[in-house]
Amino acid sequence: MNAQSTEIATYNFAYLDEQTKRMIRRAILKGIAIPGYQVPFASREMPMPYGWGTGGVQVTASIIGPDDVLKVIDQGADDTTNAVSIRAFFKKVAKVAVTTETAKATIIQTRHRIPEHPLNAGQVLVFQVPIPEPLRFLEPRETETRKMHALEEYGLMHVKLYEDIAKHGRIATTYAYPVKVEGRYVMDPSPTPKFDNPKMHRSPALQLFGAGREKRIYAVPPFTDVVSLDFEDHPFEVQTFDQPCALCGAANVYLDEVILDDHGGHMFVCSDTDHCEKRRADSTSPSWGGRAKGADGGNGQSSLSSTPTPARRADPRHKGEGKEAE
Amino acid sequence: MYVAVKGGEAAIANAHRLLADRRRGDRAVPALRLDQIVEQLALGVDRVMSEGSLYDRELAALAVVQARGDMIEAIFLVRAYRTTLPRFGYTNPVDSGAMQVERRISATYKDLPGGQVLGPTFDYTHRLLDPELAAGAEVETPAQRPVEPEAMPRVSAILAHEGLIEADGEMPLDHVPGDITREPLQFPMARDIRLQALSRGDEGFLLALGYSTQRGYARNHPFVGEIRIGEVELELDVPELPFAVPLGSIRVTECQMVNQFKGSAKAPPQFTRGYGLVFGQSERKAMAMALCDRALRAGELGEDVVAAAQDEEFVISHSDNVQATGFVEHLKLPHYVDFQAELGLVRRLRAEYEARENEDKVEEKKEAAE
Repeated sequence: MNAQSTEIATYNFAYLDEQTKRMIRRAILKGIAIPGYQVPFASREMPMPYGWGTGGVQVTASIIGPDDVLKVIDQGADDTTNAVSIRAFFKKVAKVAVTTETAKATIIQTRHRIPEHPLNAGQVLVFQVPIPEPLRFLEPRETETRKMHALEEYGLMHVKLYEDIAKHGRIATTYAYPVKVEGRYVMDPSPTPKFDNPKMHRSPALQLFGAGREKRIYAVPPFTDVVSLDFEDHPFEVQTFDQPCALCGAANVYLDEVILDDHGGHMFVCSDTDHCEKRRADSTSPSWGGRAKGADGGNGQSSLSSTPTPARRADPRHKGEGKEAE
Repeated sequence: MYVAVKGGEAAIANAHRLLADRRRGDRAVPALRLDQIVEQLALGVDRVMSEGSLYDRELAALAVVQARGDMIEAIFLVRAYRTTLPRFGYTNPVDSGAMQVERRISATYKDLPGGQVLGPTFDYTHRLLDPELAAGAEVETPAQRPVEPEAMPRVSAILAHEGLIEADGEMPLDHVPGDITREPLQFPMARDIRLQALSRGDEGFLLALGYSTQRGYARNHPFVGEIRIGEVELELDVPELPFAVPLGSIRVTECQMVNQFKGSAKAPPQFTRGYGLVFGQSERKAMAMALCDRALRAGELGEDVVAAAQDEEFVISHSDNVQATGFVEHLKLPHYVDFQAELGLVRRLRAEYEARENEDKVEEKKEAAE
């Protein structure tokens, strides 16, 4: 009986034992080698509940070193309770430096958002994923969906998107919008709003996805094609907002609606709190939208055209894509 | 006016402080000691050990107190501790035939070698609340049967002599049992892995599924061949030593369900079996597990898969209460980014809908005017 000696001091660096970390790193490496493929891994029970970021926490715990600087966001904000809790966890078990500044972080663990500030080579973005299988709500059986991925049989997903258009006049998926990675695997970008999908495309940062309860890890290596599924006559579009952030004036960012009173009064403010604070101090602070602007002469629709649709893409097709003969 | 959401850290700390206060309750009431829980809430402790997959009464009792009696929270605490423990090796299979039995009953035979032993059971108690218990009345010492070394063969072994029941089955010599705590679950799964998952599965979930098979959703005609509760020896093979090293004993409940089976293209008419084994004393869980195990063997025995209890992916993917509670309760976490995305969509769809309605009305008026 050693309940008395189970204080934090007896846990390994970053909570997980080294063997477990090795196992998880192997899964991460496999995921990087096969972009978008869901690698099964022996997920551990973590000291926070399943569904609260255990996959992301395990990935972060496996790659974090004493010199890393960690940022944790939930819904784009550093101050949401679960982000605070996860950040405090790593401060405690790994004693790493933490930050709220996107540019200063080496590892960013996130739930539901990608920061507005552009990411750089060398940074790692770790996503918390609830349901890693993009086909899950079309086919509940894992045995079936694994087969569909193996055969690259994604017709069902296109039918679903088509039915959306037939019923609603547009694709009625606003978050967890499916993407195709490097022309091969259809992947769930985690429940980020589709606004963030273009940020995944050819990102200089490594993107890792951990699903603890479902025991899957997948990855998008730097500079990998991430293409949102769409149709030629119904190209992928991101959400747009009629007004800029009411606090910092940023356009081309994702906004949260804040209710001000019970008479319908509301305002729209940046979902990315760090970005908003930076911009209020220095309005030239770059954002992903700002970077893309330069590329196409300041067209506000830049985020659209920067994500090539399968039909428009200029670069050569990848092996296994389409029906061309070898 | 908009106030930036700050101070999460302080709020969390204060919430936890309040939790500690509520957990302790009225300071005038003596605090619970772990030995009180181990001794007097033993079946609750057993459930936490069983579904927490860690055989340690004291830790389980600590978890029960820490969780304020919330069993699933206690199970979660134990699991999160267990996962950090180093793995030294795997014990040899336990021999439940050699169990130091405290309770053993069979519903298929009136009498059998070793006899029917009721042991400490709620069965046949009248469920009348007992005010004397609240008053802390003295409890009689139990009547002990004389220690008899009579062997208590498992009922499955008795039936096996006639060849009417399926055998235990043989594993290939080089078969390494799976370990669901070290390898990811993959479907379809071997029975050893499935049994591990069932053994730590939620008692309520398995109970409901087992019950559903009795009510006709994949009926499998079960009889309780035997339930036995008692201590079994654990032994570990150590490479340097020529003999297995005894580690001590654990208390387990084993249920052998015997199921009628008319035969199929794959197997002759015979009795088949469902198996349940859990830490501590929990007949309900062991029986429910055995019913589910038998139902999940549908594919192996060539039966049609028609009901939830026979569906391996459905049962095993949803039997773990630590996973289930986490994901259900994660809905408490903020989702406002996704909600905002949906809000935008619904507003757009609604505006289009209303525009269409108005157009229709204008047209109707025109037609009426004409």
